Amino acid sequence: MAGITSTAPLTQASSLRRNRRWQSRLVRLASYAVLIAGCIVFLIPLFWQVTTSLKTIQDAMRWPPVWLPLPPQWQNYSELFKRFPFWVYAGNSAFISAMVILGTLVSSSLAAYGFARLRMPGRDAIFVLLLATLMLPGVVLVIPQFVMFQRLQWVNTYNPLIIPAFFGSPFFIFLLRQFFLTIPRELEDAARMDGAGYLRIWGQIMLPLAGPALIAVAIYSFVGTWNDFLGPLIYLSDREKYTVAVALRYLAGGMRSRPEYHLLMAAATLSILPCILLFFAAQRWFIQGQVFTGVKG
Amino acid sequence: MQTSLNEPTTRKPWLTLRRREAIACALFIAPAVIGFVLFWVTPLAVSAYISLTDYALAGTPRFVGLENYQRLFADRLFWQAVRVTLTYALIVVPMWIISSLTLALIMNQKLRGVAAFRTVYYLPAVLSGVATAMLWAWLFNYRSGLLNGLLSSLGLQGPNWLGDKNIALFSIILMSLWTMGWYLPIWLSGLQGIPTELYEAAEMDGANAWQRLFNVTLPMLSPVILYNLVINIIFATQLFTEPMMMTGGGPQFATLSYVLYLYDNAFSYLKMGQATAMAWLLFLFTLALSALVFKLSPLWVYVESERRG
Repeated sequence: MAGITSTAPLTQASSLRRNRRWQSRLVRLASYAVLIAGCIVFLIPLFWQVTTSLKTIQDAMRWPPVWLPLPPQWQNYSELFKRFPFWVYAGNSAFISAMVILGTLVSSSLAAYGFARLRMPGRDAIFVLLLATLMLPGVVLVIPQFVMFQRLQWVNTYNPLIIPAFFGSPFFIFLLRQFFLTIPRELEDAARMDGAGYLRIWGQIMLPLAGPALIAVAIYSFVGTWNDFLGPLIYLSDREKYTVAVALRYLAGGMRSRPEYHLLMAAATLSILPCILLFFAAQRWFIQGQVFTGVKG
Repeated sequence: MQTSLNEPTTRKPWLTLRRREAIACALFIAPAVIGFVLFWVTPLAVSAYISLTDYALAGTPRFVGLENYQRLFADRLFWQAVRVTLTYALIVVPMWIISSLTLALIMNQKLRGVAAFRTVYYLPAVLSGVATAMLWAWLFNYRSGLLNGLLSSLGLQGPNWLGDKNIALFSIILMSLWTMGWYLPIWLSGLQGIPTELYEAAEMDGANAWQRLFNVTLPMLSPVILYNLVINIIFATQLFTEPMMMTGGGPQFATLSYVLYLYDNAFSYLKMGQATAMAWLLFLFTLALSALVFKLSPLWVYVESERRG
């Protein structure tokens, strides 16, 4: 050691660097291993759901587990359709979702424009009050709302599930307001010079520019409404009015003593298909909208 | 009034630009404000009254004072529901936060393919609670479920996931972790918002990876942690779909969540007064908890303006 003191610091430094690089490569490798293992664990349930839906009931229940449904039993789905009018329920869910999206987009963007751009005494206090409702657990309101809608004779209609959307939703008002605030004012000023009223500015300038935010709102409304369980469970009593979520519950409940898992998983797979397709088609907007409110809130 | 209209006005017109704007604003936000009064304020006020009555949906509510609350406090199942929900929240909230934050930290190392990983982890969060519950009830199936199938191939005897009263709630917690990817985008954008100079400075000072995590990343991320904490707690106290679909609150009330018992009281036993009293207690609890979290937050949440002084 003593003989090579002059070169020692240099080799030490380079070996340290080499050591570091090696270490970071190891960290990377471990990170990939964790992420990939996690992905497998996360995907197995869905894999199992889809494969179960394509197995015979004997294979589904077999011990030890059969991994692949060979040959795939597509007739499980036609069997399901015979016993379970899935398309009726899907139509109901789609109708309610479409109305909720429409109502939410119009009313929330109107309010968001008001809160973002138009001045009025007390406006910000009202906005804070609206935001406070986000902290309120929704179930608190379930019973009084039920009593109210019952008095209006709206039980067993879609009104309780649709009409409130036309009065805006605090979360989406917040999301859109945040987005409107990022739009430069000059655009509106120019339009105002040309004599455009507020409604025209909202419809012809703000809305077209807020495309990504509106898409995010539409997607969230769709997923929230399609997946909603408590609302339709409480308000709908005629079977032909059921949404997919409530219908699934009755399908499962009816089989409680002898569940036919291949059919249950076929129904579950169909029911999540719209959300999965939407998610893959519009993933960007899912994440954007969430980040937008999540961090800036 | 009418004469003043005909008079040549030298005063400023009543409808100034400012007033016009205020009126427009009022009209734009009117639907939201009306909705707020109709669907939030009124129900809250009405529910305060219903909670003081004996009411079975048919007929008129009969005022009984605080009897509903007294009955609840003497009700063994009420306390069971409180215990179940608190246990669930106390375990699941830290697990959600720690597991999703750990994943986000791993993904934040500029690895390739992060978008694909994020897609996979996020996916379960967009699926319907009912379908998810049906799927997991099948995975948890004692005889033919996948979980016990895998355990038995390792030579282990799997538990009765949903049928054993000591395990059922933990099975529901386990399945709840499947949706933790929901928080990934929020963490990731929070992590990307941390200035890289801070890391460079820490590295110059010789801080190792752990020290950088605890002295730079976590303090800078603390506002996001606070936000996620509050949202998570509120979300966890609303546990309903999973026990409703998978266990019906059993076995022996081991998974009777607060909201499930509230629902049973309201729509199975038609005890609207008692159910509303439960809703109010949950409301007050959430309010107190949020206030507490915000009150304690200066102790550990780092606010950027402090640095700038």
